[in-house]
Amino acid sequence: MPLSRNGKRQPYNDIYAVAPVSLTYQRYSTQPAQWWIGSALRGLVAASGISHTAFDGLSLASFTLGPDPAIAMTQHFGLTTRWIDSMAMGGASGIAAIRRAARALEAGDVDIVACIAADTNYTDTFRQLLAGFSRFSQDAVYPHGAGGANASFAHLTNAYMDRFGVTREDFGRICVAQRQNALRNPRAIMKKPMSLDDYLCARSIVDPLGLFDCVMPVAGAEAFLLMRGETMREHGLGGARLLSSIERHNAFPDDPVQYRGGWALDVDELYGMAGVEPGDIDVVQTYDDYPVIVMMQFEDLGFCAKGDGARFVADNDLTIDGSFPHNTTGGQLSAGQAGAAGGHLGIVETIRQVTGSAGATQVAGARLGLASGFGMINYDRGLASGAVIFGGDGV
Amino acid sequence: MSIQRQRPPRKNPLQRTTAPLPPPARRSRAAQGLTRAAAQGQFALHTCQNCQTVSYPARDACPKCLSENLVVAAVQSGGTILSVTTIQISGEPYFRRLAPARQALIVLDCGPTIVAEVRPDCVSGMRVHASLHLDKAGQPVIYARPENGDANSDADPHWRELVADPLHRRCLITDGRNPVTLPLAKSLLAAGAAKVVIGVSERWKPFAVAAKLEALGAVELVDLDLADDQSVSALASDYGAKTDILLHTALHLRPGSLMSGAELLKARDAMEVSYFGALRLAHHFGPVMRSRGADRDNSAAAWVNLLSIFAHLSWPGFAAYSATQAASLSFSQALRAEMRGSGVRVLDVFTGPMEIDWLEHLPPPKVQPSAVANEIVAALKGGEEERWVGDVAKDFRERFAANPKEIERDLWQQ
Repeated sequence: MPLSRNGKRQPYNDIYAVAPVSLTYQRYSTQPAQWWIGSALRGLVAASGISHTAFDGLSLASFTLGPDPAIAMTQHFGLTTRWIDSMAMGGASGIAAIRRAARALEAGDVDIVACIAADTNYTDTFRQLLAGFSRFSQDAVYPHGAGGANASFAHLTNAYMDRFGVTREDFGRICVAQRQNALRNPRAIMKKPMSLDDYLCARSIVDPLGLFDCVMPVAGAEAFLLMRGETMREHGLGGARLLSSIERHNAFPDDPVQYRGGWALDVDELYGMAGVEPGDIDVVQTYDDYPVIVMMQFEDLGFCAKGDGARFVADNDLTIDGSFPHNTTGGQLSAGQAGAAGGHLGIVETIRQVTGSAGATQVAGARLGLASGFGMINYDRGLASGAVIFGGDGV
Repeated sequence: MSIQRQRPPRKNPLQRTTAPLPPPARRSRAAQGLTRAAAQGQFALHTCQNCQTVSYPARDACPKCLSENLVVAAVQSGGTILSVTTIQISGEPYFRRLAPARQALIVLDCGPTIVAEVRPDCVSGMRVHASLHLDKAGQPVIYARPENGDANSDADPHWRELVADPLHRRCLITDGRNPVTLPLAKSLLAAGAAKVVIGVSERWKPFAVAAKLEALGAVELVDLDLADDQSVSALASDYGAKTDILLHTALHLRPGSLMSGAELLKARDAMEVSYFGALRLAHHFGPVMRSRGADRDNSAAAWVNLLSIFAHLSWPGFAAYSATQAASLSFSQALRAEMRGSGVRVLDVFTGPMEIDWLEHLPPPKVQPSAVANEIVAALKGGEEERWVGDVAKDFRERFAANPKEIERDLWQQ
């Protein structure tokens, strides 16, 4: 296992994320993924004032675009690009998109990259996605009860609870806080308040997971533009400056059950590259398809020690105005999981937060934001992990 | 878990017959290596021939040394449960009907971590025994049960999906004159079969074991001439919807040379009962069995074809007989394909020469009819698709797989 190479990486040179776009999610959509990508492109043009014909790079993440590859979108939407990337890392796709696009921008291979994640959700899309998610899953997991990601995360949750003495109440605090945040996000799918009792009494889905531990699959898209500072200023735009990033796949393969993610290998590099400490971060967006992975991220991203996740959650108020503003949109747990866009949701919100444009979910004075991603339950664990730190004006 | 399942109540004729639903059937080519093991009731996983690492799920190169030389080989079936959960909600209609499902994450003593369906009394930390089975889609899955204690998983409906247990089922043996009939009827009844119906051709001819069969109790002797379409049709009209396990045991064994003038007649006679007989059964019993593959607890469950190892390779001196066996093996494969998705398993039981009058001239080892009977029932209880009975059959399997030309030449010497 290669160790963190903190200090050897080149810092990011004047790379900005601008024009955050979130489309309003729909529980079920009659429109294909291509329609959602077209809508996201329209949104980017509207938010930036830049014609889509000037987007010379495209980074795309989608589970439901088949049979089209990303390149097909150039002709479909009238783009002429000189750089294209297709992200198949599930909830880590957004982080990976930024990392690749940023280096291409620095090298001058490309000037404006449209980073888009979009997925539709027809009435039977989600079942089909689970049935053929990966070869290992198709061969060795799905035929044993067809529980999908819920069952995989039930095992991770079980093992985590056993190992660290965590309870459902501990996880419930995360979900309840996110629901409070969602009530301030007009785009969130979940619009009803939820108490800890509501959470605990919800019907069991795959024990110990109840209804409110699981995300609602929806159709939707998230998008932003990545460009050099000079390009941004030419167009009279502002944005979030990329300070650092990490990415890791199949970390800790010898752990019998996943209780930590790749962040734990790379976290020093994440903060070292940005020149900040965990305590400096004003707002955090974790990848939250299930609360157990949120708690792991609090630990692995250095906000508390391993095993202290539950105490950290109990000691903090995770709402927008709280001591540790977290998943300010309501996260996927309350805003919905729009396929691959679930990994872009937190990034787009972080761009808004550090540029002071988050509206009703704005954390007062937020200047430093962290977004992380997690993805691909290929077999018994999530393979991909990653994180970015963005800074606003004056950082 | 030692509770024996009670015999289900009589079916309400006004109720809809539950239609078969297939479980998720997609598997990779590599995973089909496990299908063969499951079909033979073996617990075997991909084992690297270079570094001995056992890998799972099925891979195309060893994750430790990258050797492509992975062989599905028998491995230790013990393991420890890391986590167990109850899946209440699934998006798959098959599992929605069977909900809830118990699923566990298990670390096997031989190395890999597996995901398996587990018996409901399994808990985290427990030692378990894992086994490979074919699900109702005919695809491999793993089931685990506690390592110590009662081996009977009968109370778990998920287990019942993986096997074709004769318990409470109604069975039809198609050739009462096969010497395997008496021990087979005994074995089926000992396994809890509700009834054994036995077809006997030309009942006016002496049938020595009739009295012994009738003395077994839940046995009924019926007229059945496999060579006569009307006879098969008549039996199906009475028993078609009451046959849960059909055991096609036609035996028409006559020696003969290809070059003998009598061989054509012998071949026709043998084909009439073995192969054409199977076709008649498929025509008259197949559709209703296929439609009853999910008919509650005592659904139609299996079709057994009792075959000779000489289905694979012609037996010198028994040309016509070998041809009927080869044709019957082909029938079996076709039937399995047509039964797919119905939940009715097709089991091939291959035997070497049995200890019977017609084969008196052969030296031992020969397989006893009672051993064949016991192994048929064992294969049904394990949900197997293929079983080789006796030392000669097992020897044949190994050598035929290794070098069919070697065993072909060797048969010339006998």
